[in-house]
Amino acid sequence: MKSLSKASKQLIQLHVNGETHDAVVRSADTLLIALREQLGLTGAKRACENGDCGACTVLVNGKSSHSCLSLAVEVVNQPITTIEGLLDSPVSKAFVDNWAIQCGYCTPGFIVNCHSLITTHPNADDQLVEEWLQSNICRCTGYEEIREAVHTLLASGQKENE
Amino acid sequence: MIAFDFNYIKPTTAKEASKLFLNAKQEGYKAMFYSGGTEIITLGRVNRLQTDMVIDLKGIQECNVLEISDNELIIGSAVSLNEITHSKLFPLLGKTVQRIADHTSRNKITIGGNLNSELIYKEGILPLLAADAKVKLAKGKEQRIIPLEAVFNKQWKLDEGEFLVQILLDKGYLDLPHKALKKTRISKVGYPVVSAAALVKDNQIRIAFSGVCQYPFRSIELESVLNDTKVPIMERVGTALRHLPEDIVDDIQGTKAYRTFVLRNVLKDMLEELELTK
Repeated sequence: MKSLSKASKQLIQLHVNGETHDAVVRSADTLLIALREQLGLTGAKRACENGDCGACTVLVNGKSSHSCLSLAVEVVNQPITTIEGLLDSPVSKAFVDNWAIQCGYCTPGFIVNCHSLITTHPNADDQLVEEWLQSNICRCTGYEEIREAVHTLLASGQKENE
Repeated sequence: MIAFDFNYIKPTTAKEASKLFLNAKQEGYKAMFYSGGTEIITLGRVNRLQTDMVIDLKGIQECNVLEISDNELIIGSAVSLNEITHSKLFPLLGKTVQRIADHTSRNKITIGGNLNSELIYKEGILPLLAADAKVKLAKGKEQRIIPLEAVFNKQWKLDEGEFLVQILLDKGYLDLPHKALKKTRISKVGYPVVSAAALVKDNQIRIAFSGVCQYPFRSIELESVLNDTKVPIMERVGTALRHLPEDIVDDIQGTKAYRTFVLRNVLKDMLEELELTK
């Protein structure tokens, strides 16, 4: 058997929130691990790590993505937006105004996903909102306030800028 | 965290991808084709799979095609489930895959990944079975186009180093009357107790199932029972249940009795709705 060179770590560049960052990662590292442990961006939360709960949601190429289900090496050269890139966004404000927060652990994932929903579908109907919100789990079960926050934004016709 | 290391390679041609796989195999290493990668990552994290190399197919242009060319719909294996739904090119497939996992996951899960899943469900294959899809497979320098049912019967029968490049569908199947029904145990997001996809061609219902047996299937015998319109619907449904290819699944997602009950209702709903379109 010849030896297969499995470089344990490599230097990659990640384009996050409009900035380019160097990161030293294993091929097996997920984007979630790279964001949190290499870039110090801890907004995306480590929770189920199975794509079930949405706490780690970020945008990759403008689309919502479970960062626990992508390898960091897979998203090199693709624009990534994390909750840190949505500071003071209309969705964040709507969550605060509607008390759409309890323990807060799921909140970054919900905000990123809702930002993507409202940006992509500013006229989303109830069915579409429900379909998108099924991607995130709130352990405190505060779904009603989250739904209200989204509907408030949709009703105001407020489009967000990426 | 995935506890083992592997090489990540993103080739740009099918030939290169297959060669990488076969070379690794020849040298005694395990390689895996990687498309959306969600299953490899989740199973790798809990040590239910290990690999020395992942070969990412998303860099291959052929695997990213989603278009109608001449009289065929071509779907690359690396096209995401959401892209298929949003394209509206094959509504039955769009509706079926729209019930796989959740919306965010469907941005990542690809049709090729779903069809080659380790899980028994592979729901994306149901409309393809009903629509007599063909598949383009690549191995080494060679590519072959063959009917899906010739390489998928209970499970995939691919050669070592061979992988799915594209799915090809006759345009005549795309806009036929159709219905997709998926029943889950509790929430809308979940594995199916029963999932079915059906279309009506030449006044005949074609239907494929997932969650019923240990593999997705389409049964000509079962269809012929369902299409015998001289017999009352519930009688046909009862007879159809005797034409399943094997015993109904009995597991934690649903007992055999419960799945049978749900299947009976799914068939009834399917027949009542689709027969109106004939």
